[in-house]
Amino acid sequence: MPLTSEHWLRVWSYFPILVQGLSVNLGLLGGLLGVGFVLGIFVALLEVYGPWPSRMLAFGYAWIFRSIPEILLLLLMWFGPAQFGLQVSPFLAAVLALGLRSSAYQAEIFRGALQSLPVGQMLAARALGLSRPGAIRHILLPQALRLSLVGWGNEFAVVLKDTTLAYAIGVVEVMRQARYISSREFPLTLPAYVLVALLFLAVTYTGLFILSRAEKRWRIPGLEARR
Amino acid sequence: MNLVFSWGWLPRLSQGLLLTVELTLLSMALGAALGLILAMLRVYGRGPLLPLYLVASAYVHFFRGTPLLVQVMAFYYGLPSVGVQLSPFVAGLLALTLNTAAYQAEYFRGAIQSVRVGQMQAALALGLSRLQALRYVVLPQALRLVIPPWTNELIYMVKGSAVVYLIGVLELMGQAKNIAARTFRNFEVYVVVALFYLALIFVLTVALRAVERRIRVPGLGAPSRA
Amino acid sequence: MLLRVEDLHKRYGKEAVIQGVSFSLDQGETKVIIGPSGTGKSTLLRCINRLTEPDRGRIWLEDLEITSFKVNLNHIRAKIGFVFQDFNLFTHLTALDNVRLGLLRVKRMSRKAATERALAELARVGLADKAKAYPAELSGGQQQRVSIARALAMDPKLILFDEPTSALDPELIGEVLSVMENLAKSGMTMLVVTHEMGFARSVADEILFMEKGVIVEQGPPDQLFRSPKHPRTAEFLRRITDLYGGER
Repeated sequence: MPLTSEHWLRVWSYFPILVQGLSVNLGLLGGLLGVGFVLGIFVALLEVYGPWPSRMLAFGYAWIFRSIPEILLLLLMWFGPAQFGLQVSPFLAAVLALGLRSSAYQAEIFRGALQSLPVGQMLAARALGLSRPGAIRHILLPQALRLSLVGWGNEFAVVLKDTTLAYAIGVVEVMRQARYISSREFPLTLPAYVLVALLFLAVTYTGLFILSRAEKRWRIPGLEARR
Repeated sequence: MNLVFSWGWLPRLSQGLLLTVELTLLSMALGAALGLILAMLRVYGRGPLLPLYLVASAYVHFFRGTPLLVQVMAFYYGLPSVGVQLSPFVAGLLALTLNTAAYQAEYFRGAIQSVRVGQMQAALALGLSRLQALRYVVLPQALRLVIPPWTNELIYMVKGSAVVYLIGVLELMGQAKNIAARTFRNFEVYVVVALFYLALIFVLTVALRAVERRIRVPGLGAPSRA
Repeated sequence: MLLRVEDLHKRYGKEAVIQGVSFSLDQGETKVIIGPSGTGKSTLLRCINRLTEPDRGRIWLEDLEITSFKVNLNHIRAKIGFVFQDFNLFTHLTALDNVRLGLLRVKRMSRKAATERALAELARVGLADKAKAYPAELSGGQQQRVSIARALAMDPKLILFDEPTSALDPELIGEVLSVMENLAKSGMTMLVVTHEMGFARSVADEILFMEKGVIVEQGPPDQLFRSPKHPRTAEFLRRITDLYGGER
């Protein structure tokens, strides 16, 4: 089946459909990053400031969610709830599965940032009379969050690509749309996937650009040197 | 909750595990070779080999910036329309290799660039050619420095290899899907498979840590441990 | 004449670091270049083995023109030893391997011959017992001595020293200077950039004072130190003896 330049031009007529699919990926991205953020901070705080059993727990948590393939996590989250008599939508399953995975990586980022803060910060905060949780909340966490922006950029780039895996559990996102195009007109398969690839490149670089601007704006002078 | 497991799944799953290991190790090895070339082009090629430098940079940006799944699908379903029909295994291996090569190129580049400039200068001052300096002075050091990120990449590739079941490769996930389809015990099968992956990655991590310890040289530690 | 430098020029962006430097070195001579920091002294040394490319000017090693296009640079570099301020020992190799590398890969000696020679050079600088040590396990002074052994093993016609003791703790400077002094006495041709005035005074055949990219004055140590002809020389020497304490 010959692929001609005419096909490469015609695939653009399906651009709206692909963008529609991509918007689902982006929705997934937002949801899972949110889940990952909340859980990640919790796990990181537990790991850095908690008693040692919780530290072991946090370590185990990280190890599990970083060793299981994302696609397997998706399948587990898709078939798992049924065991408990629950019903989840593919989208929700994807948000939860990828969100849990992301929380393990984000926990690492936050942990690294927290541990790179000078010890004196906590000491000074306590000396002022702040409680431990108060010190963490008002002094340490804000700084750690700013330091995490760089690691966050990496995580964003990785997870954006992982959203395509939701295709495996039936989420109607961009890969599914590409398949649809392919089933309509076989020769458009390769152009469709190339177009999807270009879309991801565009979103990735835009996102990284925004994040690097944010990182520069909120950079804490004097703290980069430690990295 | 009604969980049913079966020992009878193990033979097939082990077969799948073997294929997973094969895919991972092959793609890592081939990717390392290609990645090293790309890295050297990116570090040293800007002046003398500008066109290749640009190709290498474009390659790295493309394969790192696009999803692995897209690459796998493109090679398996897309290539036939230009007359190239690849088997699922080959298409999967190709996608995995090209993908990891881009990431490894960046890790190698980072490692090469963190070898101090004075090392290359001292090598040149002795009369070594650039190529000799790379081979006997810079690369031996860079290869030691690259082990931590390389280990990470190996783990990513083990997980990445799971994706190729979607084009019909009977590695661990592929075998699991078949068993699940037959027995309807989806959750249970996938839990077992998760344990397989946990074990595999644990073994690989321990093995690589042992390698790192053996080739360690005092004074050339992992830069991350400041 | 072993080394001849003629009208050397080098600039970095807008800054002219070397502005017309010419001098020569005969076999067996030891010349020391002194001067304020940042005046192109190190750059000058690096131009001689073309680790840095000069913008203008010519350099000859005996009758071979180093600065010509046709010359085999690696061949030339094998004949010129270079000792760096930061030692630059190969971190992943033992002291023995550091000294051996050039012999094996550049001079293509047999492993046996290279090992013998390398051990001999290490013994010459007093470090035969540290052959199996890695650079990180050696003190700064020891590392620098290994680096001198590495240069010596290549049988160079001349050795360039780029502030060899500037990165060393004070108590380690002496061991390196005494190796260098013995080297000079044994007839090695040496060009040394240093702040060590005591060394310059007692070992140099001639001292070159460089400032702002040119050689302001040159002459035998006694003459330069006791009765410098140029006011800037006098001023520099006064400042430096205040800092470094004159006679060592």
